[in-house]
Amino acid sequence: MSDHRIELTVNGRKHGGTVEARTSLGEFLREQLGYTGTHLACEHGVCGACTVSVDGAVARSCLMLAVQADGSEVTTVEGLAEADGTLHPVQQAMRDNFGLQCGFCTPGIVITLASLTGEGKEPTEQEMIDAMSGHICRCTGYQGIRRAIRQLTSETA
Amino acid sequence: MNVQLPGAHRYIGERTPRKEDARLLTGRGQFADDVRLAGMLHIAFARSPVARGTITAIDSAAAREVPGVHAIYTQADFSGVALNVMNFFFGPCEAPVTILADGRVSCVGDPVAMVIADSRAIAEDAAALIEIEIDEEDPVITLADARGGAPVHPGKDDNIAQEMGDEDIDEDLQALLDGAAHTITRTIHHQRIAQSPMETRGCVATCDGSEEMTIWISCQSPHLVARYVSLAFNLPETAIRVIAKDVGGGFGLKNFPWREEVAVIAAARLFGRPIKWIEDRFESLTASSHAREQEVTLTIGFDADGKMVGGFGDYSSNNGAFPMGEDCNVAVHMFMWPAYKMPAYGFVSRGWYSNTMGLGGYRGPWAMESLIRETLLDDAAREIGIDPIEIRRKNLIYLTDQPNTTTFGIEVTDITPGECFDKLLANFDVPAFRKEQAESREQGRYLGLGLAAYVEPTAAAGQMAPMTGELATIRIEPTGKVTASLSTHSQGHGTATTMAQVIAERLGVNFEDVTIFEGDSAIGGFSPGAAGSRQAVIAGGAAWTATDMLADKVKEIAAHLYNANAETITIEGGMVHIEGTPEMSHSLREIAEIAYGEPARLPGNTGAGLEAQFRYQPPPFTFTSAAHACVVEVDADTGFVKIQRWISSEDCGTVINPGVVEGQIAGGLAQAIGQVLLEDMPYDARGNPLAATFKDYLMPTISDVPDFEYVHANTPSQTIGGMRGVGEGGAIIGPPTLVNAIADALQPFGQIDLLELPLTPSRILDIVESRDVSGDAAKRAKTEAEAPAEEATAEVASSSGETSIDGAWNMTMKTPAGPQEMVGHFATDGGNVTGKFTSDQGDQEFEGTVEGSRVKFNLDVEQPMKITLKYDLLFEGDGVSGKAKMGMFGSAKTSGTRA
Repeated sequence: MSDHRIELTVNGRKHGGTVEARTSLGEFLREQLGYTGTHLACEHGVCGACTVSVDGAVARSCLMLAVQADGSEVTTVEGLAEADGTLHPVQQAMRDNFGLQCGFCTPGIVITLASLTGEGKEPTEQEMIDAMSGHICRCTGYQGIRRAIRQLTSETA
Repeated sequence: MNVQLPGAHRYIGERTPRKEDARLLTGRGQFADDVRLAGMLHIAFARSPVARGTITAIDSAAAREVPGVHAIYTQADFSGVALNVMNFFFGPCEAPVTILADGRVSCVGDPVAMVIADSRAIAEDAAALIEIEIDEEDPVITLADARGGAPVHPGKDDNIAQEMGDEDIDEDLQALLDGAAHTITRTIHHQRIAQSPMETRGCVATCDGSEEMTIWISCQSPHLVARYVSLAFNLPETAIRVIAKDVGGGFGLKNFPWREEVAVIAAARLFGRPIKWIEDRFESLTASSHAREQEVTLTIGFDADGKMVGGFGDYSSNNGAFPMGEDCNVAVHMFMWPAYKMPAYGFVSRGWYSNTMGLGGYRGPWAMESLIRETLLDDAAREIGIDPIEIRRKNLIYLTDQPNTTTFGIEVTDITPGECFDKLLANFDVPAFRKEQAESREQGRYLGLGLAAYVEPTAAAGQMAPMTGELATIRIEPTGKVTASLSTHSQGHGTATTMAQVIAERLGVNFEDVTIFEGDSAIGGFSPGAAGSRQAVIAGGAAWTATDMLADKVKEIAAHLYNANAETITIEGGMVHIEGTPEMSHSLREIAEIAYGEPARLPGNTGAGLEAQFRYQPPPFTFTSAAHACVVEVDADTGFVKIQRWISSEDCGTVINPGVVEGQIAGGLAQAIGQVLLEDMPYDARGNPLAATFKDYLMPTISDVPDFEYVHANTPSQTIGGMRGVGEGGAIIGPPTLVNAIADALQPFGQIDLLELPLTPSRILDIVESRDVSGDAAKRAKTEAEAPAEEATAEVASSSGETSIDGAWNMTMKTPAGPQEMVGHFATDGGNVTGKFTSDQGDQEFEGTVEGSRVKFNLDVEQPMKITLKYDLLFEGDGVSGKAKMGMFGSAKTSGTRA
């Protein structure tokens, strides 16, 4: 196995590490950098639990290799709330609406929805639901997530 | 009991946001894979690639050469470890279970060897290099295979894991069915399900001394795991600390540790370093215990008016090779009728072994009762020519019908299935829908309405070893903060929120000032955690009473300290008030400091401190009622089903938090939608599982699940606080509601005569196009053609003249608890017989009648319960065979030979 030196920024902090070429970004974030908020649930790119933001675009961190993220800016679920603990609007909407139960799939969902909101973005409810179709939640039946989406779209409307 | 003090803040019934969410939304939860220990090693399993055979060689030489591999274990390495793999009831497995395959493999995925290595990747690399040679045998895969195939477990007579009931319909019941104006029979084949929690199974185990262990495990109750490990390894329970702070869903799969988790714990003890195993999704789908795979046939007789007169159910489940419970799911029959007026019911129920992965628990394990009953009622309504609403109203139980006792002896006194059904219909305009449906059909659009009603037994306690009470220990700390240590466990259930709501309201403090501690066997006491829809009911009751005890103590102390009458004291917002003297308010902290620090100031009999503890043991069952409606549109061109609307009308008594209750209902309904339309874990003829990823095993996504609407009724139960469980109901009532809607939509095309799940687009096109689009009919024809002819079991007429009955006979009775060996002594005198059975249970005498070579007698037994056994035996030559009827438990086959 070949080892590779990579450097990247995660949630605004610089990190470096040596990884095998086969190491996924998700495994690297969890095992070497300690960002255990990113959850690996299927490791074949279907369930969406491991979704992180790489240079502003969402990515399945189970399918992306750590070496591919060399030089990137990565945001994980740990990087969304403000330093004083104020939740990101997506996190707050999920909390207000019982959008999660066990919380295992939640980090990826929060990252996906956060990527659609923010300055200058006005996603429609259907756009957010379409984005959610790339996530599997086994607990909630998506009811609270639908309500959270409605809260978010009415906030930005 | 639930008297509100004026001005006190209400939390019970509020949609309070969850305490758990703050950590889970910010990535700060602690799941099993988040645990890292110094020196921790990783495990990967090498599993059997074939379904059945004898292991002839395991070559791990190449695997041992992989750098970073520390050890490779097979079952032989554990031969010196005293280890007892038990079922959910802490009882022995009928077919003994070893943690790794012991000489034979019995299903694809059977764990054969385990690799311990520096990393999971290295462990997986090495596991792939282990060569397992197996002398392969033809496997037994389907229920049909199991019925006629070679026993999965050598030494057993057949593949029956457990059998209850009687396949011969009782004469009285047969007479009722024969006399019925309408008799309807329906069959359902329910597919195999993979529970698929988003977090797979996994654990980390470390030895902290000769006996002490700490185990982080993805489970449904750390207390149950600690008790199980203690019994499995013969260690003191207190030596086993089990921590499960956050768990990514359980749904019954994680009820108790199974082979792999026990293997990891055994390996940590044997190897002496901390060890982690995190199941990957391929293992989770193919080698975690599965669920369902059942066949059921139900016959119901109705009078001319549409009222049920009697029924008979025949149920089988494909339990796999090593099921977590080797039972025949008698609960299907027990819980089929409490919501309905059913005067007579007979059944036979069998669990079968096969060379497939064993079955484990899954939300509403007995749910088949509602699916077969509610779909049959719709078919019956069509056949009789009455409305599906009418047939239910004629047969459902209403409060005015109670108390009522089912043929199984289950008494219901306060259930509301009829009331929930009426409330549902009050919230859905059926005539308007029928009009829309008729108009749509003319335009080639096919809408359907599905209705279903049921009751769900929740909060079972006191009849099975693990299913018992809950403990609450509540404390006002010297700082005035309120903390509670509970026996509860959440895999998304939100118990840290709901229990804090109960405590805050009953004590009179702010919700924010109450902190719940759970998820650690060192906290609280024994409980099975989230299993059987029980925590809101039982832990809620425990927290309720413990809090009231604590509030009473605060009031007693305050009355003494401030020279007031205890009745005039209230606690609100964390402050203790004395009626009529608003200036005389005191903080709980002030009283707590005195209670802990200056006990001499307390009233005479009051012990120091501000703590209360209560273990609540509720009634054996608490029933929750519900009725659901859903509307679908079936696309007749593609066979796709779109769910347009879904309404739940449920009565779960006191609702602590509607957000949590609705979340439980919705989660169950989403799983129901998956079961009816999408999810399937099939095997091929050689026993290879065919769904290995989430691209093959289809779970509902957001576009498959509609917005659910809720109508709540709140008939308090007889438990403390009046709660009723609600964890499993959605998964029980969801399938028949949706199937009925689809069947209604398909009416212009025809009937679903044999319901095979899931109802994929091609199966729906079978009906729409009246041809075998799915290929199911061809498959069934092939199976029937290949099926071996049933052995002729016709009774051989006794041609050799009279058989001598008198004398001693070695006999075996097949009881649900296992075979019972005994010696029968018979003495005939004309038409009468006297005799006795001798066994290790002692002697039991009987008297009865003889007719030719047929002997009938009754025997009253005391153990394991008081019951009258009605024997009916036929003596032929040197053989005797027949059965003993065991009341509602059916009959036990009895056979023997002359001693």
